Amino acid sequence: MQIAPILAALRKHRLATVLIALEIALACAVLCNACFIIASRLSAMHVESGIDEPALATVQLTGYDPSQSVDVDARALAALRAVPGVQSVTLLNSIPFGARRGTAGITTDAERQHFGGVIEFYVGAPGSLDALGSRIVAGRGPRPEDFQPFTGFMPNEANVQITQALADHLWPGVDPLGKEFWMLKSHYRVVGVLKTLVRPDPPGWTPQERLWSVFVPAQPGPYLTGSYLLRADPKEMPRVMRDALAAVARALPEVVIDRDASQTLTDLRHETFRNDRIMAGLMLGVIAALLLVTALGIVGLASFWVAQRRKQIGVRRALGATRGDILRYFQTENFLIVSLGIALGMLLAYALNVALMQVYELPRLPLAYLPVGALALWVLGQLSVLAPALRAAAVPPVVATRSV
Amino acid sequence: MLMYYLGLARRSLRRSPVLTGLMVLAISLGIGASMTMITVLHVMTDDPLPGRSAQLYTPHLDPLPLDYKRHEGSPDPADDLTWPDAMALLKAHRAVRQAAMSGGSLLLRPARADLHPIYVSGRYATAEFFPMFGVPFERGGGWSAADDATGSPVLVLADALARKLFGTSDAVGQTVRLGEHDFRVIGVTADWAPKPLFYADQTGTQYSDADLFFLPLSVAMDQKFPVSGNQSAWGKGRSPSLTSANMSWLQFWAQLDTPAQVAAYRQYLVDYSAQQKALGRFQRPPRNAKLYGLMGWLAHENLVPGDVDLQLWLALGFLFVCMLNIVALLLAKFLRRGGEISVRRALGARRRDIFVQFGIESALIGVAGGVLGLGIAQLGLWSIRQRPDDYARLAQMDLSMLLGTVVLAVLASVLAGLLPAWRACRVQPALQLKGG
Repeated sequence: MQIAPILAALRKHRLATVLIALEIALACAVLCNACFIIASRLSAMHVESGIDEPALATVQLTGYDPSQSVDVDARALAALRAVPGVQSVTLLNSIPFGARRGTAGITTDAERQHFGGVIEFYVGAPGSLDALGSRIVAGRGPRPEDFQPFTGFMPNEANVQITQALADHLWPGVDPLGKEFWMLKSHYRVVGVLKTLVRPDPPGWTPQERLWSVFVPAQPGPYLTGSYLLRADPKEMPRVMRDALAAVARALPEVVIDRDASQTLTDLRHETFRNDRIMAGLMLGVIAALLLVTALGIVGLASFWVAQRRKQIGVRRALGATRGDILRYFQTENFLIVSLGIALGMLLAYALNVALMQVYELPRLPLAYLPVGALALWVLGQLSVLAPALRAAAVPPVVATRSV
Repeated sequence: MLMYYLGLARRSLRRSPVLTGLMVLAISLGIGASMTMITVLHVMTDDPLPGRSAQLYTPHLDPLPLDYKRHEGSPDPADDLTWPDAMALLKAHRAVRQAAMSGGSLLLRPARADLHPIYVSGRYATAEFFPMFGVPFERGGGWSAADDATGSPVLVLADALARKLFGTSDAVGQTVRLGEHDFRVIGVTADWAPKPLFYADQTGTQYSDADLFFLPLSVAMDQKFPVSGNQSAWGKGRSPSLTSANMSWLQFWAQLDTPAQVAAYRQYLVDYSAQQKALGRFQRPPRNAKLYGLMGWLAHENLVPGDVDLQLWLALGFLFVCMLNIVALLLAKFLRRGGEISVRRALGARRRDIFVQFGIESALIGVAGGVLGLGIAQLGLWSIRQRPDDYARLAQMDLSMLLGTVVLAVLASVLAGLLPAWRACRVQPALQLKGG
């Protein structure tokens, strides 16, 4: 294939060529970054929670004085346990994908010099860790004597289980069992490691931070009350949840059921990532619209050029060029224009990513996205030019003998 | 002449219906996406109190110690006032009207047996809140400064809550139990909820929130009612109480009718800060004291979330790509008509005439694109309204946005047609005529 004549022809249509190449460059830049945004939102949505989500639900009560907690909890637990299908009911302050009541910064020394990060404290009553279904990969689970009564935000002293992700962050490469950390003056000792346990609000944290959780065993009381974790057969969950809410409303008419927060964990998870789903969908729409418009531009311009060059095509055919030659001419022309656009687009994609990083705290665009974007645009270009190029190839040689 | 050009344009566009359709589709997609996001931004930055906002100001002091460091992402404590400062500003009474306020969420136990207890959010305020903001009343009215002073247990209900609690019967004079205290209802507001809820603390969801009750700030303090919103404390010592001079949590608004009053109030704030500095309470320069107008304050708070910003830029970028597309297509289309241009030029048409002719052709594409774009924008806004965000329900086009859509479409297409039209009118007639 002779590239020189194509370049000569393109030079005659410099402006239109540059404009289409520019359009492809912009499409390439947006495509790469939009795909990246979609991928990062999708990865957030698929975060592994480490718990038996389909078998879990929560009921949240408020609107009573903490001094009444013993009475309220006793009646609520009795009512919930009486619901057919409920396997277990326990108290847990924070709920994965739900209520967030234990977010705090920790230090790895008592003098508060070495900041360990902001983590989530799941303060739970006996049975709650088992109910969650979080797997212990090292050390031990909580023993009965670990569950102590407490006052204030959370227990001052406890043997705790931390997630593998948090252990790797606090003490990389070291056995975390027996290590200690502090939250202000409260002191905790690691006795077990959980495979994973997601924090209640994974969006808004980095992929590593999403799994920085600790389980603190404690006895129910004024500061661990009204937040119940239910376990039931996943198949029966919708009915169990309906019955549970009705039972609590009957047993405790004077308290407020927080109905927005009292849901199955599957529903809570769905709601947690609603914004990410919308953003990903929107980006998909942007990509589709952008590719569509770019394709329209290529089709339009190529059709015009084909119509404009009918006579020249006829001359070439009359001089012995085959249909394939004509077809390949337009395909090569398109390939050159798109390649020019892609070369420019790579730089633009990088620049756009740098701008997004500064304004919206996006991570750096992995280089792997660039060749994928380029390939997508090459394919798009060839597909769009196919129809006009076939029309060009169909021009009969006899056109050469006619005047325009 | 215009009719002739319109006729020419119509004929030319009809001659290549596919290309015309592609251009109209491209511009309408770009316009539809852009107008969707521009409309969202428009409703989010709209004046919450038209007619009154120009007279409303919020004073801000800087009571923070010199060495205070704000954590990344945490709210600025100087955005709110401390209790002593708010009370001093109230007592000085330098503005036409002024009120201190804060939000709160209280447990409400309905007297009716068929209603469950619920939490309702409302506002603790001082008496001039109602006349200053021009709150309309369905029945009764607000309370007086005397009620503030004595701490009377009086309550103003929003019409929605009054209807829920008392149905169609008159709520004024009834008793409502909030927290553990009985309140006498003295007024019911007509439907009133500024969007955004500009006077609320900046941590809330200001586009969907509305106050369901109003009660005197002094009562809330006496009863130790919980306060919602940000409470920023600084300095050393035991955990501060709401009346502490080292904790900011109150919002304060003032009505100032003339520029002279505004200037005088600004000076008063600086003088007050200087006096506090002399007393050793403030450490920072008195000039840090600020007085924001309502719209200025909203700009300072920057309520538009990053996602909306990002989406607006995406939409505008998309429109730009669409315009590039149209430039290329028009260029090809216009230049192909070298023969026609040359004949018209040879028959006496000036360059300007050719330019106007092609300009009108571009504008016609814009009109068609604008109309189609309007439909696409309505579709886009409908999809925005399905979102869970607090501003979603506001996403509606008003008349100015409707007109704006068509204007933007015509503007974009004429702009896109400029370069092709200019190139077309520079065609050398002699060359083309010979060749043809």
